[in-house]
Amino acid sequence: MSAQPVIGVLALQGDTEEHLRALRGIGATAVPVTAPGELDQLQGLVLPGGESTTMSKLAVRYGLLDPLRKRVRAGLPVYGTCAGMILLADRILDGTADQCTVGGIDMTVRRNAFGRQTESFEGSVGIDGVDGGPVDAVFIRAPWVESVGPGVSVLGRLPADDGAAGRIVAVRQGSLLATSFHPELTGDARIHGLFVDIVKGTA
Amino acid sequence: MANTAENTAEKTVGTTRVKRGMAEQLKNGVIMDVVTPEQARIAEDAGAVAVMALERVPADIRKDGGVARMSDPDMIDGIIEAVSIPVMAKARIGHFVEAQVLQSLGVDFIDESEVLTPADEAHHIDKWAFTVPFVCGATNIGEALRRIAEGAAMIRSKGEAGTGNVVEATRHMRSIRSEIKRLGTLDEAELFGAAKEMRAPYEVVKEVAELGKLPVPLFSAGGVATPADAALMRQLGAESVFVGSGIFKSGDPAKRADAIVQATLHYQDPGVIAKVSRGLGEAMVGINLDELDESQRYAGRGW
Repeated sequence: MSAQPVIGVLALQGDTEEHLRALRGIGATAVPVTAPGELDQLQGLVLPGGESTTMSKLAVRYGLLDPLRKRVRAGLPVYGTCAGMILLADRILDGTADQCTVGGIDMTVRRNAFGRQTESFEGSVGIDGVDGGPVDAVFIRAPWVESVGPGVSVLGRLPADDGAAGRIVAVRQGSLLATSFHPELTGDARIHGLFVDIVKGTA
Repeated sequence: MANTAENTAEKTVGTTRVKRGMAEQLKNGVIMDVVTPEQARIAEDAGAVAVMALERVPADIRKDGGVARMSDPDMIDGIIEAVSIPVMAKARIGHFVEAQVLQSLGVDFIDESEVLTPADEAHHIDKWAFTVPFVCGATNIGEALRRIAEGAAMIRSKGEAGTGNVVEATRHMRSIRSEIKRLGTLDEAELFGAAKEMRAPYEVVKEVAELGKLPVPLFSAGGVATPADAALMRQLGAESVFVGSGIFKSGDPAKRADAIVQATLHYQDPGVIAKVSRGLGEAMVGINLDELDESQRYAGRGW
């Protein structure tokens, strides 16, 4: 068996620990990343949940934004959850005036789309490419995907019959994966498993 | 096509995972006290992960005296309007109606806080009854576990708010962390004894013993005034910090806010802490704890 790929988890702010635990739990080698030099060793990267404005400010301050953009453009597989999804979006709505993203996925993401924390919720969402039934999905002041370009596959939506009317909450474009929700909080590692397969080139 | 047919329509708000999950998202970030929309914007620009909206910072509550209560809803609305990051607000200990009001205003987190004058001398708020998550202060493990049993989604050290003196926060963080370690060494029978001693449910005590940490994030608050203070609390085991009076009672709030954000992230790097500590201007004045009358100590509030 070949060596496990090294997957970084951006550790500027947010639930980095939960992602490291989820990845290690399925046998991946996972390391926290805070400096540009640490990107070189990676075969994959997770952008965790947290506060997207804080993360993007810190990424700019520590000179991570441009190296991240370069690596993403060069094909580094990346998985973003919640704030991480916002960072992977080419276009954002309801961000702050100076909010930058890494980009890479041809989509428009609306920040805090479901409302404030009192409207945060959990439910289950079926994900294309993830077997074994719907995943438990925890949405926390979550974004949704407003629209996607032609190269983006929609992997999951909310049901059409509730307030959020069929909103897109999981997408993939090439080796970039993003979800509005937080699989790292549920102990269900199937989406992390899908990402590790993307990193290995088997999914 | 996405297999939406498999999705259930059920959406549940206010679950334990949703509340504790919100607390997890704030880790490694700094939560700053603000009293005006303008301060809230300065905090957001400096990279705060959330702001605490209140009428008076603890240092002013100390100075003014009298009964300290929940802030005016207009004031909280103004801050919610001003920023896009999460907004927290404080309710008095045991004052569940203030908490109901804050939840109806749409705040993202409620701090059931000893900084305000307690409203109930025997009971804390039943936090399970709310959709919004709560953070509560603790000086020791028993207090932390009782708050978790009541539904708190985050624990913070109490410290001694509004003093600019980190000594009490240090004491509380060391105490909580060392008690967590001690629980890990106890056998089953001893855990029952510990639960009794701590006046906390056995299930929560056992969970902490097994996890080696609290089941919710542990932050620090109460006296953090400098970047080095923030890094000290992180190195002692806090997953992040609240900064109350320390920022907007200082000479250059924007610069200090930014410096504390950086020191909180790079808490293990003295080079970064040194760099951000340069030329910060005047820190808040600070109070020595032995100059503080017993009735002026907030950490003893709560049961």
